[in-house]
Amino acid sequence: MDPHRKRNQALSLAAIAVVAAVLYFADSGASDYQIRILNNCAIFAALAVSYNLINGVTGQFSLGPNAFLAIGAYTSALLTMSPLEKELSFIIDPVIWPLNEIQTPFYVSLLAAGSVSALFGLLMGFPVFRVRGDYLAIVTLGFGEVVRVVANNTQSVTNGPLGLKGIEAHTDLWWTSGFALATVFFVGRLVRSSYGMALKAIRYDETAAEAIGINTFWHKMLAFIVSAFFAGIGGGLLAHLITTISPSLFTFFLTFNLLIIIVLGGLGSTTGAVLAALLVTWGGEALRFVEEPMQIGPLDIPGIPGMRMVIFSLLLVLMMIFARQGIMGTREFSWNAVFSGIRRLQRGPGKAK
Amino acid sequence: MDFSFLAQQVINGISLGGLYGLIAVGYTLVYGILRLINFAHGDIMMIGCYFAFYGIFMFSLPWWASFLLAVILTAAAGILIDIGAYRPVRNAPRISALITAIGVSFLLENLGLVLFSGRPKAFYRPEFLSEIREIAGVRILDLNIWSFVLTLVLLGVILFIIHDTRTGRAMRCIAYDMETTKLMGVDVNRIIALTFAIGSAAAAAGGIMWAMRYPQINPLMGIIPGLKAFVAAVLGGIGNVTGAMLGGLLLGIIEILLVALRPDMAGYRDAIAFAILILILLFRPTGLMGQKLPD
Amino acid sequence: MTELFRAENLTMQFGGLTAVSGFDLSLCRGEIVGLIGPNGAGKTTVFNMIAGYYTPSEGKILFEGKVLNGKKAHEITKLGIARTFQNIRLFPDLKVIENIMLAYHCRIRSSFFGAVFHFPLYRREEEEMMRKAMLLLNEVGLAESAEEQSSSLPYGKQRKLEIARALGTGPKLLLLDEPAAGMNPSETQELLDLILRLKEDFGLTILLIEHDMKFVMRICERIKVLDYGITIAEGTPLEIQKDPKVIEAYLGEVRTC
Repeated sequence: MDPHRKRNQALSLAAIAVVAAVLYFADSGASDYQIRILNNCAIFAALAVSYNLINGVTGQFSLGPNAFLAIGAYTSALLTMSPLEKELSFIIDPVIWPLNEIQTPFYVSLLAAGSVSALFGLLMGFPVFRVRGDYLAIVTLGFGEVVRVVANNTQSVTNGPLGLKGIEAHTDLWWTSGFALATVFFVGRLVRSSYGMALKAIRYDETAAEAIGINTFWHKMLAFIVSAFFAGIGGGLLAHLITTISPSLFTFFLTFNLLIIIVLGGLGSTTGAVLAALLVTWGGEALRFVEEPMQIGPLDIPGIPGMRMVIFSLLLVLMMIFARQGIMGTREFSWNAVFSGIRRLQRGPGKAK
Repeated sequence: MDFSFLAQQVINGISLGGLYGLIAVGYTLVYGILRLINFAHGDIMMIGCYFAFYGIFMFSLPWWASFLLAVILTAAAGILIDIGAYRPVRNAPRISALITAIGVSFLLENLGLVLFSGRPKAFYRPEFLSEIREIAGVRILDLNIWSFVLTLVLLGVILFIIHDTRTGRAMRCIAYDMETTKLMGVDVNRIIALTFAIGSAAAAAGGIMWAMRYPQINPLMGIIPGLKAFVAAVLGGIGNVTGAMLGGLLLGIIEILLVALRPDMAGYRDAIAFAILILILLFRPTGLMGQKLPD
Repeated sequence: MTELFRAENLTMQFGGLTAVSGFDLSLCRGEIVGLIGPNGAGKTTVFNMIAGYYTPSEGKILFEGKVLNGKKAHEITKLGIARTFQNIRLFPDLKVIENIMLAYHCRIRSSFFGAVFHFPLYRREEEEMMRKAMLLLNEVGLAESAEEQSSSLPYGKQRKLEIARALGTGPKLLLLDEPAAGMNPSETQELLDLILRLKEDFGLTILLIEHDMKFVMRICERIKVLDYGITIAEGTPLEIQKDPKVIEAYLGEVRTC
């Protein structure tokens, strides 16, 4: 047993309290823009942690988050919108039964969003994991397209290309940060349990994992479903944050963002994913200047929209070549590591290894 | 529904499917050798189209010279991408290579958006290909006839390279066992670069014919045909060049027939390939022409 | 002695290539049997069929009276057949003790839900896994390395760890694929003692592939010789050493090298 367990628990609680205090003041005092960034940070941290479970920890390359986000967003939005609102929105085809009658509380809609999303994860994982994990990437990529196609074509369920408007803005800082905390707790605990060890074993060597009796099919499925569940809830929160959703919102761009985050944080590191989510969300804002007109000396450079994505994709390739480990590698943040780091610093840089 | 209607749809399906097949060849070659899904393949096709476009509109080359040059340049681009992005991660875990491929794909698309702008550009189609002729009640665009002939010729050339040249033999050896092939003194890196060149050239040729059909191009045009070509490759048994072509034809025919017979389902056209992919994985994961190999 | 395992007429074909054909084998409880033969003779293919990685093209595999054909590798492990690999396959970034704890994972009753929320059953099971893993590490002499990363162990210890991990799954039949490969004579001797001791302590039946002839002759009670997928000889170590067909198979191999 860890002799510092009490101390570490106290420190973790203190850290949570500090974050809560910051959120409390931000909630009342910060500008809308700042609150939006904080919300994005929290949602993306949670999404990255759950995405990292399948891609990083288990080593199965999924490109599905945008599809799961879309499913979650539509599911929860359709559940919280009032029947009247839906009747007014669906101008081409009326919304089908039972959606035209039901309305649920926000939290119920979020659970439904996660469950429906997880169900689709199960349906996709079944054919893929039975054969080779290789195809997961292309199946999830294709699924993203299918979700978009279906959302555009099923007028009476999704309202087609018009999308859903007038979703109530239930999502606030407390919801997003609570979701982030719950995701980190759940995924973190899962990764540290023997189930998590089995997932890591599958990443290192699937054949050897089979040899010690691990049912690799169901374990991969487990990671994929849990990941889809949290992505679905994230989608629900997103829908009630931006209040208007349409099929074109959930493009591959979202997945790409998450991929950058988990690579930067270190594939397989939960705390790395959180750290990188904050960095990338903030960095994306900070990098806006590259798309604005600027003047370097005598050079007039017109604004180049889309330049940020060029930089991000180049960054991803370069990281894969030169810094595959990202910030954290497969390690995790721990108070013990912090304290031993401090001790090393105190001993002076000369003696540090 | 009469015979000529059905024949018409099948012909349309074949002319579309041939292009899927040609693009699928590049997927299948690279996957067969490196076990890498080259996500950038569809975007390489897009690059080829822009090369051809600028050859005609900026450098005023005759269309055939521009198309030929575009194919050669795209092959060179394929080699460059292999050397610059894929070679450095060749010994890394598989997932690193996949992430790199996604990165390259997104890089090409976004560079395309920045350099060429997102607005679609009209693509050149030579006069003599625009004629429509009627054979036994079936109307066919001349372009489609010539496309199909050219596709078969290219397939023949690629099959010849794989089966009857030293390079091709080396490719098949690498596909079977890369480490041993290296020990035999084969320059594995050179062969892999050549594989990318062949696949990219085929994609460019397919892309140019694709662009002439519509006839317009945009930086994101490679995504959907890329996805479908991959499905075609899996359908035919990934790693198998003839299979990729047959898979492409089959996919083209199924797609066109469904739209023709159920016009109300036309909106779901792009989802068909995906449904087929799931069905193959469930019932015949080795594809139509694939077979089991020892590991 | 009672029969534990039997293979009848096992045949494995890849496309047009027959890797193993007509392989028969019967193992009694408590036996140590060796499988030898030149490179490419099909020994590892036999292991892969028994352990469920390949489905035999023909033939039948019976373990404690149950047919194993068509069962998945992890199901076969749970039934009581564990294996090691020619090229050691540990989980490099996991700690030594975690490598062993994982072997018990396939038998825990907690759901992942219980594991996440630390239900009492999971806590008990986790402690139990840890305790058993420590015992096993003690048994093979790796207890002091428990907290190290498995990739940092020297080669000989990695072999032992892989064997210990296989034992963690609770096997009745242990398949060892070239356990003495790459070891020096003193390490080989140590390994031999270890295997014999483990066999007694855990009541194991062992089938092993090995190229080190001295090792095979000393440890095995019975030996089977494969060449080009066909069984060419079978008998006690003494009989095998004198068999002209075996000598030819091995000398033939030397000439083609």
